[in-house]
Amino acid sequence: MSTKAAPTPPGEARKDSSQLRQKEMIARHFDRLAAAPETGATSAYTFVPGNLCELLLSFDVLPVLPEINALQSAMRGKSAEYIAVAEKLGHSEDVCTYVKSDIGMLKSGNVGPTGQRLPRPDLLLLSYTGCFTFMKWFELLREEYHCPVAMLHVPYQADGRITDAMRSYVVEQLRRKVIPLLEQITGRAYDEERLKHCLSLSAQAEDDLVWVLQSARSRPSPIDAYFGAVYYVGPIFSSFRGTQEAVDYYRELRAEIGERQRLGLGPVTPEGDMPGERFRVVMEGPPNWTSFRQFWKMFADEGAVAVASTYAKVGGVYDTGFRHDPARPLESLAEYCLGCYTNLSLPTRIELLVRYVREYEADGFLINSVKSCNSFSAGQLHILREVEGRSGKPGGFIESDLVDPRYFSAANIKNRLESYFQMLEQKRTGAPS
Amino acid sequence: MRYAVGIDLGSTTTKAVVLGEDGAVLGRGITNSRSNYDVACQVALSEALINTRFSLVAGELARAGLEAAPRARLLAELERGFRAQQYASQLRVLRDVVTRLVRRLLTKPAALPAAVERILEQMEAELHGLYVAGARRKSDFFRDLAGSRYLALAEQQARAQSVPFDQLASLYDKAILEVENSPEAAGRFEDHAQAAAARLAHGEPRLGAAVERVAAVELRQLCSVGTGYGRQRLPFPEAQIRSEILCHGLGAHALFPATRTVLDIGGQDTKAIQVDEQGIVTSFQMNDRCAAGCGRYLGYIADEMSLGLHELGPLASESKNPVRINSTCTVFAGAELRERLSLGEKREDILAGLHRAIILRAMSLLARSGGVRDEFTFTGGVAKNPAAVTALRALLHANYGELTINISEDSIYTGALGAALFARRDARRAAQAAETQAAEGARA
Repeated sequence: MSTKAAPTPPGEARKDSSQLRQKEMIARHFDRLAAAPETGATSAYTFVPGNLCELLLSFDVLPVLPEINALQSAMRGKSAEYIAVAEKLGHSEDVCTYVKSDIGMLKSGNVGPTGQRLPRPDLLLLSYTGCFTFMKWFELLREEYHCPVAMLHVPYQADGRITDAMRSYVVEQLRRKVIPLLEQITGRAYDEERLKHCLSLSAQAEDDLVWVLQSARSRPSPIDAYFGAVYYVGPIFSSFRGTQEAVDYYRELRAEIGERQRLGLGPVTPEGDMPGERFRVVMEGPPNWTSFRQFWKMFADEGAVAVASTYAKVGGVYDTGFRHDPARPLESLAEYCLGCYTNLSLPTRIELLVRYVREYEADGFLINSVKSCNSFSAGQLHILREVEGRSGKPGGFIESDLVDPRYFSAANIKNRLESYFQMLEQKRTGAPS
Repeated sequence: MRYAVGIDLGSTTTKAVVLGEDGAVLGRGITNSRSNYDVACQVALSEALINTRFSLVAGELARAGLEAAPRARLLAELERGFRAQQYASQLRVLRDVVTRLVRRLLTKPAALPAAVERILEQMEAELHGLYVAGARRKSDFFRDLAGSRYLALAEQQARAQSVPFDQLASLYDKAILEVENSPEAAGRFEDHAQAAAARLAHGEPRLGAAVERVAAVELRQLCSVGTGYGRQRLPFPEAQIRSEILCHGLGAHALFPATRTVLDIGGQDTKAIQVDEQGIVTSFQMNDRCAAGCGRYLGYIADEMSLGLHELGPLASESKNPVRINSTCTVFAGAELRERLSLGEKREDILAGLHRAIILRAMSLLARSGGVRDEFTFTGGVAKNPAAVTALRALLHANYGELTINISEDSIYTGALGAALFARRDARRAAQAAETQAAEGARA
């Protein structure tokens, strides 16, 4: 474990030992995927919100997450090229840029974030959790791969609660559609004991993740719960939920953050330890991936720390108490899917944000509205007004995109952020008399 | 005399406001922004300091017992005389630079030097007419004013002397950069003002004395704050830079203390700002991703129509039947305009439609920022455009009912005024801190 601020060479991002561990985990996973054509391993493409990672692992199916590949492509500076390929194929400028980046990557040899080729999917496992584009995305992939699709329909939480009927509707689909299809593809029988074991590992990792996210209640916050949290949620939102590797990773991460907290240190940023916490903000909406470091630096330079974010909940909302439960395997998978952030109604999202602003003693909250994602962006101005009204804290609004660099205007975003933070400062110091 | 200054470095113009220690506005200066931000700031500040000296002259004349009406007349004459002197000195520098450029040309038509000479002579001859009482000028900036005359005369000379127009025009384009950046061209208050005072026909002796006294006043800067889109490039330390959102909010509050909602339409962004009773910003929205419908859009339209920016609003106000226009994309501004003209629409009707479209976008931004609360203050350069104001009044009334709508004569300086107020506060805080430190030192 390393919490001491080692000098960071210019241009190179500072990495803690948990981050290095994560990098190795990811590398191993992509090695397994790259070797799949030789080893005969089965793979399923699936989405982050509502992913059934434990169920796939219980069948020894390797998950591939196209959204994560798209954002990784952006961070590697490849998404512009991939989007151009997809647009050349006829996809409109208005289509979600995750989709276009993925299609472009696929058409450019399907080389993943580690530089290795990804296997063709044996199954497209589509959990529908609030994003209509997911369906269209997998329709496109089905045309490409001609493989089976398992469609898990997750009812929208319009009234802000999960009913028995909703839960059993999802469980029934798991029993009657998803599990039989997995059995058929893998030639294995459903092993509930194995699933339960995975779920118990999930719950352990989830406990530690929640502890890490809630460490931001300290002053100074030892973590950045938006930019930094992107790394923290990586394993549990992708292919590692339900594995011992994830349990080990989160244990190490928790110890690392615990040490930072004890030493009164702020978050680690790519430029090193962030000195001096001036503003505590809650973030809503996904980050921009094409200029991720630059975007983060705009906050860090102002001494602004994200103490909570909704984006760190897209792969599962754990800090309101939900845990995967080995005693109720399919029911808890159903509840997990139903509780995903993108499946929550506007009033529930507003309540969650207000709660974050209060519990994390934030000075304000910021919305990054992304052009690509209507699931996120629809209603965000309403959210802004409501959260402002209920929390009494000022909201700010910036606009960018997920992985299309054409929609990240650095000067404009910096101008808005500076104005916003100066507004917070002015509220503290008062107006000139 | 000590002063605080705020400088608003916008994408189109750079503005400076000078405040006295008592918080009163002493002077305002404006220049067109250029690629060299430092120079734009220097010119705006030097203009504001010249304007400050005019304020001081006014004060001297009042103290000397001159009545308000003759005082205002005298000051207006003095300022016209001053501007004529300044224009003449800028023209002298332009002549020097253009002549030098012509000499340096390796190949040139034989008639070129004579053509250039005729253009410059004609401009010098027209100088007096530009600044007579009641004369209308296309712009207050030397670049635009001299440029429009130079190019018009160049066209005549190109035809008469068979000299390529492009060659004549390129001489001006090269020379103007040097003229704008030349302190000699701008001149000093004392030289121009004293010359202007001496030339005034009625020879009011108190004026000459006032100008002389004011010219001797030492102006000392206490603190400066920069704002605007180019603020990161301002030659100020970071602590002396404020966002234009805060500055427009505070400036609007200073001009109209009951302001709660501010709309600023600037060159490349539109801002809707909500402020509290102290002028503190509580929320704001800015256009993003696309700057359609901002001030620059009107600039393109003016260029397309070969009009001065000042002339757009009055022409649009003549419209009887405004055209409905939805797109305010700046890039397609020219195409949209030509399309409409080709359909036989009248220029004034198209312009009225364009102004309404701009204001419609601003209305959407206002709604996003939390709506419009009473009182409403419109700031920025576009607030001087009568057609934009008419469209805004109508849409505000239709959407938010009866409201007090404030538009200051000096709306374009609102951001610089806010910055100057921040500068004055910073100066006072620094002074208080120094006093405390001195007192502690004395106790120790």
